[in-house]
Amino acid sequence: MTAAEALHPRCTRQVCTFTVGDLVFGVDVKSVYEVIRAQEMTRVPMAPPVVRGLINLRGRIVTAVDMRARLQFPALDSEQDPMNVVVHSDEGAVSLLVDEIGDVLDVDSAWQEPTPATLSPVIRDLVESVYKLDACLLLVLDPKTITDVVGLGARG
Amino acid sequence: MTTQRIIDDVIREFLVESHENLDRIDSDLLELEQGNGTPELLASVFRGIHTIKGTCGFLGLSHLETVAHRGENLLSLLRDGVLQPTPAITDALLKTVDAIREILATIEETGEEGTCDYTELLRTLEVLADPNAASEPEPAPEPAVEAAPEPVADTPAATEPPPAEAEAPPAPEPAPAPVAAVPAPAVAPAPAANTPPPAAATPKPAPRPAASAGSEAEGQARPSVSETTIRVDVGLLDRVMNLVGELVLARNRILQFAPHVEDNSFANASQRLNLLTTELQEGVMKTRMQPIGNVWNKLPRVVRDLCHSCGKDVDLELDGTETELDRTIIEAIKDPLTHAVRNALDHGIETPAVRTAAGKPPKGRLLLRAYHEGGQVNIEIIDDGAGVNTEKVKNRAIERGLVSAERASQLSDREIAHFIFNPGFSTAAAVTNVSGRGVGMDVVKTNVEKIGGSVDINSVQGSGTTLRIKIPLTLAIIPALIVTSQEERFAIPQVNLLELVRLEGEQAKAGIERLYGTTLYRLRGELLPLVFLDEALQLADAHGEELPEVLNIVVLQADDRQFGLVVDSISDTEEIVVKPLGKELKGLNAFAGATIMGDGQVALILDVIGLAGRASLLQGGKTQQLVDEANAAEGADRENQEALLLFATGDDTRMAMPLSMVARLEELDASTIESTGGQMVVQYRGEILPLIDLTEPSARNTDGTGPLNVIVYSVGDRSVGFIVQRIIDTVDETLSVRYPVRRRGTLGAAVIQGRVTDLLDVEGVLRDTDPYFFSTVEAA
Repeated sequence: MTAAEALHPRCTRQVCTFTVGDLVFGVDVKSVYEVIRAQEMTRVPMAPPVVRGLINLRGRIVTAVDMRARLQFPALDSEQDPMNVVVHSDEGAVSLLVDEIGDVLDVDSAWQEPTPATLSPVIRDLVESVYKLDACLLLVLDPKTITDVVGLGARG
Repeated sequence: MTTQRIIDDVIREFLVESHENLDRIDSDLLELEQGNGTPELLASVFRGIHTIKGTCGFLGLSHLETVAHRGENLLSLLRDGVLQPTPAITDALLKTVDAIREILATIEETGEEGTCDYTELLRTLEVLADPNAASEPEPAPEPAVEAAPEPVADTPAATEPPPAEAEAPPAPEPAPAPVAAVPAPAVAPAPAANTPPPAAATPKPAPRPAASAGSEAEGQARPSVSETTIRVDVGLLDRVMNLVGELVLARNRILQFAPHVEDNSFANASQRLNLLTTELQEGVMKTRMQPIGNVWNKLPRVVRDLCHSCGKDVDLELDGTETELDRTIIEAIKDPLTHAVRNALDHGIETPAVRTAAGKPPKGRLLLRAYHEGGQVNIEIIDDGAGVNTEKVKNRAIERGLVSAERASQLSDREIAHFIFNPGFSTAAAVTNVSGRGVGMDVVKTNVEKIGGSVDINSVQGSGTTLRIKIPLTLAIIPALIVTSQEERFAIPQVNLLELVRLEGEQAKAGIERLYGTTLYRLRGELLPLVFLDEALQLADAHGEELPEVLNIVVLQADDRQFGLVVDSISDTEEIVVKPLGKELKGLNAFAGATIMGDGQVALILDVIGLAGRASLLQGGKTQQLVDEANAAEGADRENQEALLLFATGDDTRMAMPLSMVARLEELDASTIESTGGQMVVQYRGEILPLIDLTEPSARNTDGTGPLNVIVYSVGDRSVGFIVQRIIDTVDETLSVRYPVRRRGTLGAAVIQGRVTDLLDVEGVLRDTDPYFFSTVEAA
């Protein structure tokens, strides 16, 4: 038993996974409000570039954050509609626009890895923890930091 | 852990309940003071205090219990007719209520009773209860005193023994209540310290019978009232409200389908859905409405206390207490209203002596009126006091540099009265504990404006002041104008809207002037700066010289400035539900929020002031001026600044004249020019307007047709028109760099907007052309 395991006894958590570009990301299911198809959006002039627009989620107005822009990936093909992963943090709900939705996985804390130093700083800032899966590396995001786009500066 | 939880819950419940009780006791006591002391009223007060006492007994709040108990003793004597209510008694009882409130507040904050010393109050209560002050110790409070140190960490009870020991036996045949309540403290404290649940269970029966004994006959009526109302979490109401909003949208969609479906039963069902939804919506809206009386019921107490401390005698009248308002608004106007009332009492209404001397009845009158009008609620605070002393306010305003003495002399009394809304403005000679610190009226104004309302003051010196507050019915739903720009819909709150102007074809081109990046439109002779919405929101590139065929202008009011917002199309006005934007978008000052339209799409709500700020229209506005003038360093500079009209008399000749000398800007057709005695004239507004051509010969329009730009200057009843090549702009400029080089008709030159500009010598030019111009003015 390593020191780390002694400190953090083994436990599992459920993570809702999705892909952006060729990376697999996840968000703790507890913070996921719902997952929906592409919605009609109202663009917000002069908003930060990562804000794609506003969607109407049953009477709640939710800001849609383009995860590709947030992670500084090239934009998605115009034919492909992004999916919405609506997450809630202390300050209300935000919809993450992602490429594809994956499964809800049970991950074991034993699979946790330190965040690889090779990840770009943009991604590293958003990642809360990293798990080594069979096929890939799962990057679990912290919903709070995703919505923290104030520092990215508004246009104009 | 869990038992602590239960206790916390019980205490919270107790706090809520007690606050409600205290509010009722307050108003009952005041009524008592007015001499309307019916037995029912006394019984109601008694019950209120008794409930508090009983509950705190088994919660182990011994300190609070002692205070409540003494109050109750006194009340029981009143109720049984042993004592008659006197001002001293009511005063002591009100103080008791205050003391209970104080302790409750401490409990709310710290979870403990605190160590405030109420010995004096207890003493007073006791003396009042038995003027003969029998000193025989009464066994009843003893257990409470002993028990106190146990559950409470501090030792507040230590200060209490003297009054406790002197406790008088309440009159020969006191109500059964105090006696019945005795077991409660005796049992409660001990178990409360370690095993709370049984403690709560055991003493419970004790106060109950006492309460019913106290209420006796009326006890029948009370429960029915509390059984018809329940407490609901506001968050839940908001969610229900949201869902109903969504239901309305879903209904709208179904109704759109209905005509296309041949099925009769579907039409019937959708019709029924329509009716039900509308009724449901109304019902849910109503749950959020509260009568304004809920705020007002605190005021009689405020007024009474203030009157006592200021030595004034005031009758408070409340009119329209049933007027309903959204609860968020009720919450928001609570403080401003109290401020305004305090202000009216302290500054407005005079002392009885002064009033009598002024020939008014010694008793002042303060009337609060609330009523609905045009989708808004008006609240008026009317006093018959001294009114605003305009001279004093004016002098103070000048002293504080809010206005120049010269300007102040031109202001109307109403405008002067408005100075009291400036932050830190006070004419009170001395700071009293009530007001005079100058933080009153500006708080009222800012708070009211924050919720989209407005404040107006109307004062007649010597006979009173009326403060009128206008507020929207609800914050959540506002009327708005829907406009489109670049295919996007935006909502503009109706409060900012002045008028709509549509310009087509030639009219559009003629009325618009593009000058140094700003666009102006002459609306009835006034220059109105135009803002293109798509440009301001960066939806499109700057329009440059190309103007659209049709211009839809929404004339808006932002602070004290007006501007025209050019949009692609104007749809309709709609009632919209305002929803906040997420924190990611808080930085965008151009939007006030968002709303969901009938088709389920989201539309942004424009923040008119933010938009004007973006287009930097507010600089040089009144607010800016006030800031400038207050700033001593820039104050001197400001003196030299002048609003100037810039115009061109030739292709590269720029001239300026003070804007204050310009009566109007006109565009005349050259063919309308006639002449009399070698003087160019034109028929203008039923008069003959002499024209003076300032344009350079090279720039002159010689073919006698086409438009002429004319600046009309008026003195007295005489006017003259100056023909110029074109109007350039208006600027506020400090005329610091003057070149004394003079040519005929100018006062010299200055650098304005980075270009050398001649200053027109209006009087000189007039004397040159018509030596008698000014003498005829003077003669007239």
